[in-house]
Amino acid sequence: MTGRDLDPTLMRLLGGDEPELDCDECFAQLDRYVELELRGAPADALVPGLRAHLVGCPACAEEHESLRALLELDSVS
Amino acid sequence: MAPPDTNPDVSAIAAAPALTEWHLDLQAEGARRDEAVAHLHGLLLRAARFEVFRRRNSLLQISAAELDDLAQQAADDAAVSVLRRLDDFRGESNFRTWAYKFALLEASVKVRRRAWRDREVTLEPEHWESLAHAGPGPDDDAENAALLEAVREGIRSALTPRQRQVLVATVLEGVPIDVLAERLGSNRNALYKVLHDARRRLREHVAAAGFPEATR
Repeated sequence: MTGRDLDPTLMRLLGGDEPELDCDECFAQLDRYVELELRGAPADALVPGLRAHLVGCPACAEEHESLRALLELDSVS
Repeated sequence: MAPPDTNPDVSAIAAAPALTEWHLDLQAEGARRDEAVAHLHGLLLRAARFEVFRRRNSLLQISAAELDDLAQQAADDAAVSVLRRLDDFRGESNFRTWAYKFALLEASVKVRRRAWRDREVTLEPEHWESLAHAGPGPDDDAENAALLEAVREGIRSALTPRQRQVLVATVLEGVPIDVLAERLGSNRNALYKVLHDARRRLREHVAAAGFPEATR
């Protein structure tokens, strides 16, 4: 059984072993990361550790989703 | 409350043509600065309303006026943060994007705290003892049982009391990290570091117990 086969609760308990940013570092990079994503640029390569943090931190993940959604809304306004 | 994306005033702000330069006036003086601050507040209010509206289903029995008040408070607090941290803006994104994230943070934290305002947060973790079946199917029951026991034992013996408290509250009880931070007199970043260290210790324990593949 690998980590990918685990029940979601166990996955959240164990987390991943990739290097990741902390919440403050994630916040500092979030605007740049989302703009890179929306441009189709390799955001994960250019901002290493942010994606891994979003997987482990539901609060930062919500704010990432919201910023992305708001910018997408702006782009069609 | 009308959906934020249909508010003609804030939509006009988002579509304003001079968005790339107006923020420089935030460091000016007098009327130019006042105008820029008002513009900033309009953007932040747009973002805060957007976030509160997105998360409104987590808030039961809350009026439209209370929702808008949450958004107003978030925009006010975000404006203070943005103005205090103007020197942190390096131009690596659009200024509007940079400012938005402050409003989204303030609004999302306020919504989470409001949603948990009247809910008890259990700080005596015991729920991990009842970790249920957690595998893909019945064929794996024996392996799952052994893995679950390794996880339970890891939570019991490999973690500090603080690590156990934070891991169980955030992962098993679903307490938002901002809410837990408020109750513990801490902050999100500090608690996330505790959570991160707890997970690492738990992975090490589970790997040593014979399940190295479960931690990859």
